[in-house]
Amino acid sequence: MNLHEYQAKSLFRAYRIPVPTGQVIRHQSELADALNATGTDQWVIKAQIHAGARGKAGGVKLVKSASEAETLARALLGTELATPQTAGKALPVKALLVEETLAIEEELYLSLLIDRASRRHTFIVSAAGGMDIEAVAAETPERIHRVTVNPAVGLMPYQCREVGFALNLTGQAFKQLGQIMQAAYRLALDKDVSLLEINPLIKTADNALVALDAKVSLDPNALYRQKELAEMRDPSQEDEREARAADHQLNYIALDGNIGCMVNGAGLAMATMDLIQLHGGEPANFLDVGGGATADRVAEAFKLILSSDQVESILVNIFGGIVRCDLIADGIIQAVKEVGLTLPVVVRLEGTNAAQGRARLAESELQIVTAETLSEAAEQAVKLAGEAR
Amino acid sequence: MSILVHAQTKVICQGLTGKQGSFHSEQALAYGTCLVGGVTPGKGGTTHLGLPVFNTVAEAVARTGAEASMIYVPPAFAADSIIEAIAAGIKVITCITEGIPVNDMLKVRAVLDQSDAHLIGPNCPGLITPGEAGKGCKIGIMPGHIHQPGRIGIVSRSGTLTYEAVHQTTQANLGQTTCVGIGGDPIQGMSFVDCLQMFEQDPATEGVIMVGEIGGQAEEDAAQYIQASMSKPVVAYIAGMTAPPGKRMGHAGAIVSGGQGTAQAKIDSLKQAGVTVVDSPTEMGQAMLACLSQS
Repeated sequence: MNLHEYQAKSLFRAYRIPVPTGQVIRHQSELADALNATGTDQWVIKAQIHAGARGKAGGVKLVKSASEAETLARALLGTELATPQTAGKALPVKALLVEETLAIEEELYLSLLIDRASRRHTFIVSAAGGMDIEAVAAETPERIHRVTVNPAVGLMPYQCREVGFALNLTGQAFKQLGQIMQAAYRLALDKDVSLLEINPLIKTADNALVALDAKVSLDPNALYRQKELAEMRDPSQEDEREARAADHQLNYIALDGNIGCMVNGAGLAMATMDLIQLHGGEPANFLDVGGGATADRVAEAFKLILSSDQVESILVNIFGGIVRCDLIADGIIQAVKEVGLTLPVVVRLEGTNAAQGRARLAESELQIVTAETLSEAAEQAVKLAGEAR
Repeated sequence: MSILVHAQTKVICQGLTGKQGSFHSEQALAYGTCLVGGVTPGKGGTTHLGLPVFNTVAEAVARTGAEASMIYVPPAFAADSIIEAIAAGIKVITCITEGIPVNDMLKVRAVLDQSDAHLIGPNCPGLITPGEAGKGCKIGIMPGHIHQPGRIGIVSRSGTLTYEAVHQTTQANLGQTTCVGIGGDPIQGMSFVDCLQMFEQDPATEGVIMVGEIGGQAEEDAAQYIQASMSKPVVAYIAGMTAPPGKRMGHAGAIVSGGQGTAQAKIDSLKQAGVTVVDSPTEMGQAMLACLSQS
């Protein structure tokens, strides 16, 4: 679960990670107060959406007068913003962060994540802030400093010093780097943060470090024990269909193809998508219905698949393990009737009671094609999609 | 022979009296698993499914001589259960639970790294050493009847895709020595390499099918190990060629981020290591059969 920048910065403030003075506004009427609160005569106004590269899309701007601020706030609030990182979609701008401006001398990069290879919390720090860190890592790996935390002893002061020296920091900034790293590690442990990123972490003209931007993602599995943070969720920033699927304990991701698919198990769902492509089609979605594929869930899954108007046929692939295929077949029949499905449906059932399941589908007098093998099912689904056109 | 567990391995179930624990323990008993008891704190001294229930894992081990444990407890309590099993000296711990916070798994890893216990999972179907009627060891949620005792080791990050590999090797009359579902979480117990090492050393295993997916570096690590140290044929399938980057495909660990963890990169490194990589998940069994008839 992602937080907005202003939410992440409120966490930073609580953990004494320095951030610019600023206020969040949701209405034009709150602007004057926010401008006064910083004590400066110019400001940065930042659109609050769950995406990076906001600056490139006009979502982050320097304003030099109250009237300029007013015009910009009016132009942003209540609109939608698409950035190079929103994958062609636009996200609603419901809040703006109004901040003081600072004299930037250097831009650094700092992030804390869980490294899968070392299975430990790992800091990535670089003097190349304000840039795409993946590009920096690929082109100039010597500019990336990694620090791995041993959970038995926590982040050690020497590890912070090593980074401080490598970045040529001195005096106050050197000391602050250690404090920021320690705070970030505490925050990650206390609040189940799976990714914390400060890009840029700036060094000001008077040698102070400040987190100019803040990105925080929370571990979705830990939200049950982070109730306060869980309430910060902003569904308006999420894909509507993915959120609806999650409410029904379905795992759905929309894609661009013409063949809808419904599968039990995440790995098998990915494999089914790949197989559709192998047979010359394009998958319209990823959809894992999980272990207990009941009629209600299957019906909801069909509705999700049909929410894409590009879908021309549907492939249902179930490997019945503990769940019985005859019960799943009943679920499919009921769901097809309930949804009033007119598109061709190809069903492949394998595993427990597969033969009985196929017989039920054949007896149903619905337009359901049953396939004996997975390859045959993919082939049929692609063929029928072509004919439906 | 087999790896990790066999028909005589004494197994306990943590969370035996819960709904999931009860259901899957009944299935395990029906398959012939040597299930000797269960643990539910506060229910010690009672009997469930005809098995003794203990308050602690230490007590269960002392009284039954259990060597393996299967864990069916909710995510909030799973890390505690795994660490309790490690502390009690259980050597093969299988955790089926999905949705354990990653910070909890980091703690589990820290304890696990200091012990000689093997953890399978979490977020996995479990492991099974198939046996003739009523003589196997099934620790997990997989359907027992699709398995057949035989010659192939299977290791997989996915549940239902493991069943595909099992089904195909049964159809091809190859059968399985042991099947291990290592699970779909980013921080987990046994890796591909851990399992491949065991299969390499198991005299009954003649070949291995590994089923990988996008995300992480575990398949690349496996490729390195296979090239350097594996003499038995390996057939691999990697799911997620069509998965869009930046999206988590169901499993917490199945995500391509920053260009890392793509299916193509994994396929390339496995092919370079001499692994037979099949394009279609339907070809795993036949490819294995072809490998074995060549050698």
